[in-house]
Amino acid sequence: MAFIEFNHVGFAYPNGFSAVEDVDFQIEKGENIAIVGQNGAGKTTTVKMMNGLLKPTSGTVIIDGKDTRNFTTAALSRKAGYVFQNPDDQIFHNTVRQEIEFGPHVLGYDKEKVKELTEYSAKLAGLSDEMEENPYNLPLSIRKFVTIASVVAMDTDIIILDEPTAGQDIRGIATLQDMIRELKQKGKTIITITHDMEFVVNNFDKVFVMAHKNLLKITNPKEVFSDSALLDESMLKRPYISELVLQLGLPKNIISRKELVDYICAPV
Amino acid sequence: MPYIDLKNVTYTYPLVKEPCIKDISVSIEKGKFYAIVGANGSGKTTLCNIIRGFIPGFYQGEIEGTVELEGKSLEEYTLGELTSKIGYVFQNPFNQITGARDNVYEEIAYGLENLGVEVPTIRKKVEEVMELTNTAYLADKNPFELSGGQQQRVAFASVLALEPDIFVIDEPTSQLDPKETERVFDIIDKMKKMGKTIILVEHKIELIAEYADDIIALEDGRVVKFGEKHDVLSDLSLIEKGIDLPQTVLLADELRKMGIPAKEKIITKQEMIGQLKQIMGK
Ligand SMILES: Nc1ncnc2c1ncn2[C@@H]1O[C@H](COP(=O)(O)OP(=O)(O)OP(=O)(O)O)[C@@H](O)[C@H]1O
Ligand SMILES: Nc1ncnc2c1ncn2[C@@H]1O[C@H](COP(=O)(O)OP(=O)(O)O)[C@@H](O)[C@H]1O
Ligand SMILES: [Mg+2]
Ligand SMILES: [Mg+2]
Repeated sequence: MAFIEFNHVGFAYPNGFSAVEDVDFQIEKGENIAIVGQNGAGKTTTVKMMNGLLKPTSGTVIIDGKDTRNFTTAALSRKAGYVFQNPDDQIFHNTVRQEIEFGPHVLGYDKEKVKELTEYSAKLAGLSDEMEENPYNLPLSIRKFVTIASVVAMDTDIIILDEPTAGQDIRGIATLQDMIRELKQKGKTIITITHDMEFVVNNFDKVFVMAHKNLLKITNPKEVFSDSALLDESMLKRPYISELVLQLGLPKNIISRKELVDYICAPV
Repeated sequence: MPYIDLKNVTYTYPLVKEPCIKDISVSIEKGKFYAIVGANGSGKTTLCNIIRGFIPGFYQGEIEGTVELEGKSLEEYTLGELTSKIGYVFQNPFNQITGARDNVYEEIAYGLENLGVEVPTIRKKVEEVMELTNTAYLADKNPFELSGGQQQRVAFASVLALEPDIFVIDEPTSQLDPKETERVFDIIDKMKKMGKTIILVEHKIELIAEYADDIIALEDGRVVKFGEKHDVLSDLSLIEKGIDLPQTVLLADELRKMGIPAKEKIITKQEMIGQLKQIMGK
């Protein structure tokens, strides 16, 4: 049995709007997955069902062998941590330190462990110098790292990042990359929603493509970007280099700058 | 005469020791499209708030230097005058949604209602803007029950509806899918062609390279480079300042390092396609 299982999952919001229709997939422990797809496709709704913020209105979500309907919210939040798309939906403490400490504290870790987890995840998120700051005096992009650190500090097996790349600069992206690499090494299962196709190419082997309330395809970066019909249907764009290559009629499998330089410099 | 003129502006937030805007002087011309780039925390949003007149007013703190619009200090304008002249799209769309109305259609109409515009005109404008921003299908939805990207488009639409002369837009595409991102740039381009002045904060550097006229590059509260986009975006030293450069510029640099004579200042896709065709002898 897989670590995360969605069996014909659907979700309708209380106002009756159906946001996810029939999503079916399995994720193994330690897998690292990017979810991409157009605005409103149902990405956020789907991942919120992994940590019980939402419970499916049809089908079943199984985490580590157990139906999320049979978990208490507390028990499920030990398994899966979710970083909100909008950091301001998540932050409610007056300092960065309090914000990060809150999760491990509530999970019942002792003082020493809370401190250790807090400092570790703050360092990973590049926040060690901002610990006594009020999160609301920090730019939105850094506030996003505060919310990421607070989830990482809970040391859950599953970490879900909802658009961590939004509004990040090159250093922010690099911090995220290092962080994902380290968490991957620790055996975490990481699920990341993003619209940044370069980020997908550089960091993920497996890609879930969502559109129109459903999961269209499970694939990998090379394949997504060579499937024009899929790209059109899910409103995705190729990475910049890939577009350049296509317009020049060069081999389609070139998707990064390095590959293009190598191609141009190769002796004919 | 410059349209918007900042002279030696230094600003410090309340209860903070160091200023986060340091001696900035920039002149903005009417009808041009300016992009502000800079690392996170470099002061982009703060600069937008200064130009919009929310600083020092709303945020308080200490400001030095002068900010003028059409030769008159911002302080001499009433709140209403600034609101109708300058449209401001907030970095966090959640802050834009007023919550005063319970569906997207009325949310977009709300600003026009406040300006006392007549109902048939409001209808016409709101419908135009919804068409333009691909939000018509959200008309009956509650603005707080939208996906992040949908909310960001509604926030943008609500400012477009006001038809201000100046747009100050803080990262409007951060949560948008690639197609919607292009749509936003097309709309901004359209606004520019209508004579509007655009000040845009954005990280998607390849799109800036295609659409903007001039670039203001910030590092730690200072303008480190300001000028025509080709000149600014081909400056490789900006990378150390945490500013991304177009793929074309990096590619040309890497080719040069391999001994291939690629031209400097190639920043758009068409320019790069032309260059590569030449290099590969096509
Ligand atoms: N609280 C809510 N009540 C009703 N409908 C909602 C609610 N939240 C989201 N929706 C709708 O559900 C659909 C899916 O939303 P979701 O947030 O999952 O999209 P998404 O794929 O994450 O999009 P984005 O890329 O814009 O974040 C959208 O059509 C949205 O309008
Ligand atoms: N309300 C505030 N109070 C104190 N400091 C602030 C406030 N808002 C922003 N800052 C600080 O000002 C600097 C610039 O922030 P900001 O303009 O948001 O940057 P950017 O938009 O370039 O990411 C940062 O160091 C940030 O921490
Ligand atoms: Mg979402
Ligand atoms: Mg900002």
